[in-house]
Amino acid sequence: MYSFYGTWPWYISGLLIGAVMLSLILFGKNFGMSSNLRTMCSAMGAGKTAEFFNFDWKSQRWNLTVVLGAMLGGFIATHYLSDGSGVNLNPQTVVELRQMNIDEPQGKLLPDALTSAEALQSPKILAILLLGGILVGFGTRYAGGCTSGHAISGLSNLQLPSLIAVIGFFIGGLIMSWLLLPLILN
Amino acid sequence: MKFLKYLLVGLVFGIVLTKSEAVSWYRIYEMFHFQSFHMFGIIMTAVVVGVVGIQIIKRNNVKDTTGQPIVIADKERGFTNYMVGGILFGLGWGLIGTCPGPIFILIGAGFYGIGVVLLGALVGTYLYGVLRNKLPH
Repeated sequence: MYSFYGTWPWYISGLLIGAVMLSLILFGKNFGMSSNLRTMCSAMGAGKTAEFFNFDWKSQRWNLTVVLGAMLGGFIATHYLSDGSGVNLNPQTVVELRQMNIDEPQGKLLPDALTSAEALQSPKILAILLLGGILVGFGTRYAGGCTSGHAISGLSNLQLPSLIAVIGFFIGGLIMSWLLLPLILN
Repeated sequence: MKFLKYLLVGLVFGIVLTKSEAVSWYRIYEMFHFQSFHMFGIIMTAVVVGVVGIQIIKRNNVKDTTGQPIVIADKERGFTNYMVGGILFGLGWGLIGTCPGPIFILIGAGFYGIGVVLLGALVGTYLYGVLRNKLPH
């Protein structure tokens, strides 16, 4: 039923993501992707204007290396490990998306409506991408972590603050996905 | 050479998130509408593996690869920053379907439009750094 070149099943994927987190712990580090955004701000000189970025960003080069690997992984997986059969959504989801003028996946990871070269000519789409990025960047630092740092690492270490953050992730996500997204896209 | 292992871990992470489609805007929409178990299954399996692994590490006082005892710091206590920051993050996640890991993975995969999301995420991170002392935590 499952093919290596199609969608990987959730239990294999979850197992491997857990293994990624545990590997970094065994290397004496921790699993957290959003920290890299802070590191990049610091490397670009943000420490001159905000104390928060005054730290030895070079000590985080190992995490930037994880990012580089992840980018390579994304490249390899889409170009060499995919047969175009993926992203089979619930048919109900497809119907809802069509009502918001979002194209069917047909194997694509992202909708053309948001990321095609044509879409990127639209000021509205660019504003959506930029605003979404700002919310993700600001929110993740305010909450002290993202999906990797809180939902995976924090919950695995039975941390109450991480549970609070994850509940926040879902409150925000549900408000956006159910109430705001249809207004924004229509 | 000491960075090779981090490159490999990142490589596995990028491949798994792409092949599981956790980087897909569609999958995040589907998750928030409870129309598929897929994303919930991924997160729950990862957490179960993580809980078991961390318990084994703690109970056996496992040392890391440099020979140091493994200490996993507890998150600072608090509520406002976790809840409000979490909600803001969730609004962004629900809108553009990418958390920080997938932003990088998708750019690597050739979705250059996500570069705009990365730019926004850096701006957002910077804004937090500037406003930090004025925000309730």
